[in-house]
Amino acid sequence: MRHLLATSALALPIALSLAVVVPADARAQDAPKQGGEMIVTYKDDVSTLDPAIGYDWQNWSMIKSLFDGLMDYVPGTTDLVPDLAQGYEISDDGKTFTFQLRDGVKFHNGRTLVAGDVKYSIERAVRPETQSPGAGFFNMIEGFDDVQAGKAKALSGIEAPDDKTVVFHLSRPDATFLHVLALNFAHAVPKEAVEAEGADFGKKPVGTGAFRLAEWTLGQRLVFERNPDYYKKDRPRLDRITFEIGQEPLVALLRLQRGEVDILGDPIPSAKFLEVRNDPEWGDNIVEGGQLQTGYVTMNVNVPPFDDLKVRQAVNFAINKDRIVRILNGRAVPANQPLPPAMPGYAKGYEGYAFDPEKAKALLKEAGTEGGVKTELLAMNTEPNPRIAQAIQQDLAAVGIDAQLRPLAQANVIAAGGEPKGAPMIWSGGMAWIADFPDPSNFYGPILGCAGAVPGGWNWAWYCNKNLDAKAAKADAMVGDDQKQARLDLWQEVFLDVMKDAPWAPVFNEQRFTMKSDRMVGPDAIFVDPVHIPVNYDEVGVNDAQ
Amino acid sequence: MSGRYLVGRLGQSLLILLGISFVTYVLVYLVPADPVRQIAGRSATPATVEAIRAQLGLDLPLWHQYLRYLSNLLQGDLGRSYLQKTEVTTLILARLPATLELMAGAITVELLLGLPLGVYAATKRGRAADRAVMVGAFTVVSAPQFVVGILLLYVFAVRLAWFPIGGYGTLPHLVLPALTLGLLGAGWYARVARSAMIDVLRQDYVTTARAKGASPARVLLVHALRNAALPVVAMIGLDVGLFMSGAVVVESVFGWPGIGQLAWQAIQRLDIPIIVGVTLVAAVGIVIGNLVADLIAPLIDPRIKLRA
Repeated sequence: MRHLLATSALALPIALSLAVVVPADARAQDAPKQGGEMIVTYKDDVSTLDPAIGYDWQNWSMIKSLFDGLMDYVPGTTDLVPDLAQGYEISDDGKTFTFQLRDGVKFHNGRTLVAGDVKYSIERAVRPETQSPGAGFFNMIEGFDDVQAGKAKALSGIEAPDDKTVVFHLSRPDATFLHVLALNFAHAVPKEAVEAEGADFGKKPVGTGAFRLAEWTLGQRLVFERNPDYYKKDRPRLDRITFEIGQEPLVALLRLQRGEVDILGDPIPSAKFLEVRNDPEWGDNIVEGGQLQTGYVTMNVNVPPFDDLKVRQAVNFAINKDRIVRILNGRAVPANQPLPPAMPGYAKGYEGYAFDPEKAKALLKEAGTEGGVKTELLAMNTEPNPRIAQAIQQDLAAVGIDAQLRPLAQANVIAAGGEPKGAPMIWSGGMAWIADFPDPSNFYGPILGCAGAVPGGWNWAWYCNKNLDAKAAKADAMVGDDQKQARLDLWQEVFLDVMKDAPWAPVFNEQRFTMKSDRMVGPDAIFVDPVHIPVNYDEVGVNDAQ
Repeated sequence: MSGRYLVGRLGQSLLILLGISFVTYVLVYLVPADPVRQIAGRSATPATVEAIRAQLGLDLPLWHQYLRYLSNLLQGDLGRSYLQKTEVTTLILARLPATLELMAGAITVELLLGLPLGVYAATKRGRAADRAVMVGAFTVVSAPQFVVGILLLYVFAVRLAWFPIGGYGTLPHLVLPALTLGLLGAGWYARVARSAMIDVLRQDYVTTARAKGASPARVLLVHALRNAALPVVAMIGLDVGLFMSGAVVVESVFGWPGIGQLAWQAIQRLDIPIIVGVTLVAAVGIVIGNLVADLIAPLIDPRIKLRA
């Protein structure tokens, strides 16, 4: 579904991304007038607008404009801020979170939001019959296992003692819980509307968000209209957004250049990217931002030759990342550690394994592999991944590693990675990894922790370091505001320790580019908002608003 | 027309549809990807994945799944989309009018371009005009529709701005997609009409008509064309199948909200109920197309008798 560079086409983890320059509060600057409308194009139809179900980069941002949760982010940043909650308290043991709801929040059907709605909505996302792809995020709430197993309908760890108070009891202290409450899966839905519409709720969404759905003509268009009862009186900026569906990215680009549309929902087509970027007339209409994404090569630490640390380090030294970035027309930056630069906890001064084929050869010699190393490199078979994998293959050949390239369908690569000895090496492009929320822990557990090194898991290097797992658990138990920096420092240590063991060779971090028409106004940060793709619909405005 | 023939053909058609539904179901089942993992997301535990698999009945043996699908199908229920959760019937019905409109447009293009050009080439047999028409026909038959679509879009919508760049709703929106889809058929029609016409023009009754002093136009349009049109009419029925594959490409290029586009998106997302549903609807279209072509043939040429 998603064909931007190497990112996910699979279960569509949400591409969180980060502006290169992030103002403290994008709202403070450059405030356009309220009013006006814009047109956004997409190739594919929107699958659903149900916050418990929607989990692709197209509907993620739309759902955020129709619904709200207890927590959100300051527009254009990754800074958490209460949304439907007026404020919250965390108990000293980090296991009880108490939220006070804001007054006067109404659903699009006119009913006032109460604490029971928050409880209902999260329980709905966790219940197996909802088939929510986000259910697993709530595993720290007490009673999660019983609800998932179908033994209980309600989560014992959520209480609504009165209409304005929601209390969460967690089974372990978890510093990521506030991020989890900012995910769409935790957004408030009204029970009566969900029950009235049943499975069709995703086509007839009712939330508390800045916009409400006014029209959805299948396969043609969706129209969002300003919610006059929205609790933030100065939002949204626009009166109306029309999403035109079925537009090929190339056609959409031509229409934008003719002034017929305002935002390209899909990425700029690769074939036109450099031409448009370098065009003096259009270059300024493209806003660049980072993404919370890393593309990497996994080396299965239980399979020869990668059971030898020296060979893994040699691979890290052998790959020419700058060349690969050039292959991508500069739509990425070279990576030297698992965390992307935009992620809190990223080690700025760290140099990692800089490109050095001679050093790689020396390490291979030390490892006693003079006779040459033979192995396999698996990669997803859609562009640009085979090209990237070929570049890696050539780099490895240059130092004496003969890696046979096996381009396979996405599902086959994922299946092979999830088997204990299924794949010696995998190029992760098109599959992993993009963070679901801006916190370093999301880049560890499933892909580098012992919990992910299980059959069917995502830790394709099968790297399991109990000491690091303990450090990670310690970091996530640091929930206090005063522990924030210490926690990030600890996480940074974890990832640099990972690099010492070199189960991965990090290759690049994708960049993101949003193309907008001349009418669009607002700070750059909201056009590459970390949690909104392509743009933050609530925040953008037009210069001809009346 | 024989009633028995019709009943026989309808029975055959039902068998064909049954076969198609089975083959589609098996093919989708064999795709090396797991739709449940797609639905469950990457944060799901193995237990959740299995629970969803059981809810959707995907843990059952293939034959059991297929029989269940078939029994729902007989009640007019094509199931619900895995990812959209909407009824497949609703999704298809919302998009069918656009595809039918596109097909009607494409047939018009085929007939208006292909037939006259073929007849014209036949009358100029061996001359430059004939060769030009045949080279043109060969070109449009060989050109990939994706390329033709982009080319037409670029020249007539972007450069000349005669038509809108993609979209749906008005007659100008229809012209370029219908032309793209219809050109391929027009090329075939021109070739078929030409050879049929050449054949017919050699027949004795044409010579007789000429000898009786009928005007060349009358000979061509009344005596010859009627017989030469027969193979072309048979082709319209087959075209429906061609259109179904072409519609996937053309609808994607022009942003035409038909069932081809729906199928393409469903394939990418491995949304099995939609894939099987659209395939069945397309198969019904092809079967009906063929049936209608067979039924029309004796009306044009009374020598053809339908036998059960």
